Amino acid sequence: MTVVTALIVLGVLALIFGLILGFAAVRFRVESDPIVDQIDAILPQTQCGQCGYPGCRPYAEAIANGDEINKCPPGGQSTINALADLMGVEAKPLDSAHGEEDVKKVAVIREDECIGCTKCIQACPVDAILGAAKQMHTVIAHECTGCDLCVEPCPVDCIDMVPVPVRPDNWQWDLKQIPVRVVDAVESSN
Amino acid sequence: MTFKIAASPHAHQRRTTQQVMRWVYLALIPGVLAQTYFFGFGVYVQLALALLTAWAAEGIAMRLRGRPVAHAWQDHTAIVTAVLLAISIPALAPWWIIVMGTAFAIIVVKHVYGGVGQNLFNPAMAGYVLLLISFPVQMTSWPIPNELAQLQVSISDTVSLIFSGFTQAGYNLEQLRMGADGITMATPLDSLRNDLNHQMTLSEALSKPIFGELGGIGWAWINIAFLLGGLVLIKQKIISWHIPGGFLVGLLVPAAIYWLFNPDQAITPMLHALSGATMLGAFFIATDPVTAATSNKGRWLFGLLVGFLVFVIRTWGGYPDAVAFAVLLANMTVPVIDKYTQPVAYGHGGRS
Amino acid sequence: MSAATKAIEAGHIWTFPGGIHPPERKEISNQTPIAPLPLAQQYTIPVKQHSGAPGEVLVQVGDKVKAGQALTQVGANNGLPVHAPTSGTVTAIGPGMIAHPSGLTDTVITIEADGNDEHVAFEPLANYTEISRAELLERIKTAGIAGLGGAGFPTAQKLALQRPLDYLIINGVECEPYISADDRLMREHAQTIIDGTEILLHIAGCEKALIAIEANKPEAIAAFEALLDKHPQLSLRVVPVKYPSGGEKQLIQLLTGRQVPSRGLPIDVGLVMQNVGTAYAVAQATLQGKPLLERVVTVTGENVAKPGNYWVRIGTPVAYLLEQCGFKPEPEQRVIMGGPMMGFTLADLSVPVVKITNCILVPSSQELAPAQDEMACIRCGACADVCPAQLLPQQLQWLAKAKDYDGLEQQNLFDCIECGACAYVCPSEIPLVHYYRKAKAEVRNIAREKAKAEVARERFEARQERLEREKQERLERHRKAAEARKKAQAEAVAQGGDNPQDAVQAAIARAKARKAAQAAAAEQQNKDGDDA
Repeated sequence: MTVVTALIVLGVLALIFGLILGFAAVRFRVESDPIVDQIDAILPQTQCGQCGYPGCRPYAEAIANGDEINKCPPGGQSTINALADLMGVEAKPLDSAHGEEDVKKVAVIREDECIGCTKCIQACPVDAILGAAKQMHTVIAHECTGCDLCVEPCPVDCIDMVPVPVRPDNWQWDLKQIPVRVVDAVESSN
Repeated sequence: MTFKIAASPHAHQRRTTQQVMRWVYLALIPGVLAQTYFFGFGVYVQLALALLTAWAAEGIAMRLRGRPVAHAWQDHTAIVTAVLLAISIPALAPWWIIVMGTAFAIIVVKHVYGGVGQNLFNPAMAGYVLLLISFPVQMTSWPIPNELAQLQVSISDTVSLIFSGFTQAGYNLEQLRMGADGITMATPLDSLRNDLNHQMTLSEALSKPIFGELGGIGWAWINIAFLLGGLVLIKQKIISWHIPGGFLVGLLVPAAIYWLFNPDQAITPMLHALSGATMLGAFFIATDPVTAATSNKGRWLFGLLVGFLVFVIRTWGGYPDAVAFAVLLANMTVPVIDKYTQPVAYGHGGRS
Repeated sequence: MSAATKAIEAGHIWTFPGGIHPPERKEISNQTPIAPLPLAQQYTIPVKQHSGAPGEVLVQVGDKVKAGQALTQVGANNGLPVHAPTSGTVTAIGPGMIAHPSGLTDTVITIEADGNDEHVAFEPLANYTEISRAELLERIKTAGIAGLGGAGFPTAQKLALQRPLDYLIINGVECEPYISADDRLMREHAQTIIDGTEILLHIAGCEKALIAIEANKPEAIAAFEALLDKHPQLSLRVVPVKYPSGGEKQLIQLLTGRQVPSRGLPIDVGLVMQNVGTAYAVAQATLQGKPLLERVVTVTGENVAKPGNYWVRIGTPVAYLLEQCGFKPEPEQRVIMGGPMMGFTLADLSVPVVKITNCILVPSSQELAPAQDEMACIRCGACADVCPAQLLPQQLQWLAKAKDYDGLEQQNLFDCIECGACAYVCPSEIPLVHYYRKAKAEVRNIAREKAKAEVARERFEARQERLEREKQERLERHRKAAEARKKAQAEAVAQGGDNPQDAVQAAIARAKARKAAQAAAAEQQNKDGDDA
């Protein structure tokens, strides 16, 4: 008899809690960003395609569908860690098949060599190159993501990827990296 | 010529951890002298054993953790831990007591938690509690003050007692602790608790020979000596007054109220203040920066809590003195205290 | 009048939490009057010496310039001009050392002095109340005046804010140890500073000014007390000696009991603050028409033979300044621009003195011992006790080391004024401020990267959309062209012309016939071959 009572009590309790949980799930439902948007927000938006997809959003969709999270060299380890956090998976080292993490770069066209073929303009994923056929092209430096995609199509190899220069306003306060020049205090004043 | 690059500020007060710690153990000297005066040279033997153990334990722990050993010795924090533990245990306790306690304090309580600055619990007090609950007999066998002792213990007797358990004449510790009436003498707090629990009135309990005018013979002076050292630390701004102040208020105010309502059955505030480890606890143990709260408001609360816990444990608890337990219990609350006493930052709606 | 305002009027001095009392050592430099510095042979003038964008360069290499001639012009985005400090020739415009802790270069204009020190004609102004507020602001802007206290915020821009003001605060506290430039300026030019203050009041549309001086400058206090009777709008406030009572936020708290809201400006609580040096420069610019060509610089420390205060032209290389003051460098010498608490070390002495340079400190390693190894934090809380912003420095330090940027924002990292009090008292000698500065730079960088990624995403999506649209348009065009063709055919047939469809059929028939003929011919040949 006690066993039956216990079973009934437990059953009723389970039912009540189940109802409460069910109600809470409906009532306090949290509307979250679709997962693809969240992944896309973490990716660096260089649109470089090094992951094998034509841009960051396609890669975000691929991750959402179960692709590896370590295919993004521009994002580097910090992006992988953030993705691992979001997706609830183990962070891995960057897959070197897709490239190595590198300093931030920006494309620069050697303008006197440019023949005005527009091939780079077509390659640029963020429309950061200005120009027209038979006219010199130029890169809008602050729009360039450093994706590298314009370098290969150029028939005259006039595009260089140069590291973003360290300026006083974006300096990271690394005192070890201050170039200490050896100067003579008195002579240098002349 | 090359100019040196450095980060501001370029000026520094130059009061290093080492100096802070040195002040702490220098301020302990009056108390240690008082203890020696009343309880004999055993204190020095315990100190020597504790320091040696701390030095070795620190070295081993740092080596195991793959850290520079010299660095750890340099900051003198282990010295303070060793000294505090050595003066907290009975002066004639067997040698392995202090060795075990110090090694535990340094290796487990300090280094397992990540070394200096990372430990949650006060190492000396955690070591003390380990010893107290593992070896209650040895840890409560305080020698009787020299004034009352039937047998005087020489230096060689002290050493022999600590290492072999017997004096050169063959007495053991138990025999040495007997008073004129042939009854083993307890510490004042212990004796009071026992007597009050056995329905004696306070005046009856205080009539025992271990009590003098101020309180327990010896203990009162030892507490006064620690109070002096503590005041020096406050004067030197090594510690702030908030923790000792909170401690004493938290202990003495409830004690006074309780005593007013129970004048026959309660320990007087005076006895609370001058017995056991009150002053040592208030000025030297609860003030350990690593394990105490960090803001002034938090320190004040932390002190109050420790003091109040000491009162509670001394009054209703099962152990004669309570500082170690009170400190450890309060250590656990530090993260919460810190969280809720965080000052309002400038420009965030606080008042000036 | 509210109780709080009454208290301010009555001269009540509030207090601020924390603070430290480092050795002041101002006596090294404040004993002698401000001395003029002989002309240097070469000056390098960075085009950007204030917070804001640089102005556009007006001169070319080879140009002859006179003292006071603008080298850059007032530009957009807070651009302030810089001026030639003396007469001479522009010999270079390009990257050069600037006064910045990074030791990086920026655009500087190099002028080879001709030694005549001719200047452009200044336009004095007898009565400044006769011209409009906008004209006065323009005068201050073209004089290139930026806050001389340290931040270098363009003064005219600060004054241009049209918001109700209770007080203008003139900051003569100079709480940083060693520095005595403002002290000497106040002693010797109190009247000019008062004139400048009245001009600032006039421009800001404010009734009252408070002049704050730290109690350790009795001579400066006396100089103002003697003059202030004639100026009822101005009142003197002596603040107790404590570092950093001269910090903008701390001084506001001291004088008014108000707090500038986090990430806000003093004007949000009805106040505006100017340094005494700025007030002096404003008076010079308004009344004499003189642009900001020189400033008072304290040269001090045990490793200079002639410490003191000097009138130094903007653009003077630090090396020349030190040479004039008897520089006795020791091995591993530090040369600090600014004071011992907030100044930065120079890697190269070709760095010029700029508008915000108030001190060159050349300490011996005894007086300011170099930093020692960082030891483990013992959570002593000494840093929290001295923090004037009521932050938890040790917490910030751990968060900064863990790169927990969200935690840092929660603990109000950006309310840190980098005064250095925490690092000054830290028994473990942790360079706390350095960690905060680095973390701040990283947080800013991440925000910048994020904004950039956002733009890149938008541009990428816009491009995708454009490509898609173009594809659709192309298809649409083809479809339309095909339709038009069909329609034209149908019309042509209807009008009795050849149906192109027939022509196609005819062509196909022709092709078939040709194929058949070829096949027949081939068969014929085969037959012929067999016969042969």
